[in-house]
Amino acid sequence: MTDWSSIGPLAVFIGAIFTNNILLTNFLGMCSFLAISREVKSSVGLGAAVVFVMGMTNALNWPIHYYILVPLNLTYLGYIVYIVVIAASVQLVEMVVERVSEPLYRALGIFLPLITVNCAVFGAVLFMFIRRYSFIASFAYGLGAGIGWALAIIAMAGMRQKIAKAKIPRGLEGPGIALITAGIMALAFLGFSGMIPAQ
Amino acid sequence: MADVSARPAAAVKPGSKAARTFLDGVGRNNPVFVQILGICSTLAITNTVANTVVMCLGLVWATAMSNFSVSILRKWIPARVRMIVETLIIAVWVIVVDIALRAYLPDVSRQLGPYVGLIITNCIVMGRTEAFGLANPPGLSLLDGLASGLGYAYVLLIIAVVRELLGSGSLLGIRILGTWWTNWSIFVMAPGAFFLLAVLIWIVKGAILREEKK
Repeated sequence: MTDWSSIGPLAVFIGAIFTNNILLTNFLGMCSFLAISREVKSSVGLGAAVVFVMGMTNALNWPIHYYILVPLNLTYLGYIVYIVVIAASVQLVEMVVERVSEPLYRALGIFLPLITVNCAVFGAVLFMFIRRYSFIASFAYGLGAGIGWALAIIAMAGMRQKIAKAKIPRGLEGPGIALITAGIMALAFLGFSGMIPAQ
Repeated sequence: MADVSARPAAAVKPGSKAARTFLDGVGRNNPVFVQILGICSTLAITNTVANTVVMCLGLVWATAMSNFSVSILRKWIPARVRMIVETLIIAVWVIVVDIALRAYLPDVSRQLGPYVGLIITNCIVMGRTEAFGLANPPGLSLLDGLASGLGYAYVLLIIAVVRELLGSGSLLGIRILGTWWTNWSIFVMAPGAFFLLAVLIWIVKGAILREEKK
């Protein structure tokens, strides 16, 4: 087993984007990945919203876990608490963005509620506790995982726009060809492994 | 796909709603092949058969029990907050699975890592409570949850068997293929899972398309 807790925040950040891409190596967030990644524009919107929410939920859940749940011996309630925190922070992000920047709200608006049920967000929270990251590393991991996810979905959308014009077997249309493309992307991302020495 | 799922299964006599509910989840409305739902964990934990079996049991349990409890509470859940209520109900059943695993199978629990907890955000569980549990009586919901869970489980098992056999040359940790077999390590890693699921979807979709043509 790798000792994840000894890796520095910067390495965690880069690793989360490339070597441990949450979508292509951990398969999280596949549902919205397959549903949304038909257009580059909406993928960019969703990607940005995910980066935002992931950074925030990781930063919020870390102190809640270590300063409230652990001292009170309530860690078995963890899943419920994390989910509620994710739902609440998505709501909060939505309200803040609406007040601060109208155009950004219009761009992200429809995607924000979708994020509550995105397993990548919840997965990032669970991974940071399992790997015992420090607070800074957890935040870096949240941001990195979000960016990695956004990168994958935007690249995928670009490819699917081209694939839509190509001639492929009828049975493969839609999810089939998307999965094969994702597989080839995952192969390409395997090339990054070894970039972070500790893994 | 609507016309396919609306047609009652041929083998079931008309009127037997329970049987139809069950067959729908396992076959014509299979969550993985037809609805392409919940494939996150389909891919992540299927590189060994043993882990997959445990994961499947957890998922069948969570789907059936959440569907059952949502159905019991359906008259009292306000429509506006139903999503978060459903999520919390699912979380409770998943926590039960997690605690049981940690107590009785600590090694498997460690290997599965976050994926047990991620059953909460698995779209299949949520989708069934939303689409079925909220509108149907508890008994039927329990059955529907079981069927959807099993429909998901056997797909997972097919994938796991192929991945472990080709990727490590073994099944349930026992070496099946002899020393002549060179492991296709790509099947243990992420890309293999993507390719395999794509091929399975291709086969199933091809069969559905052929049937439609007739």
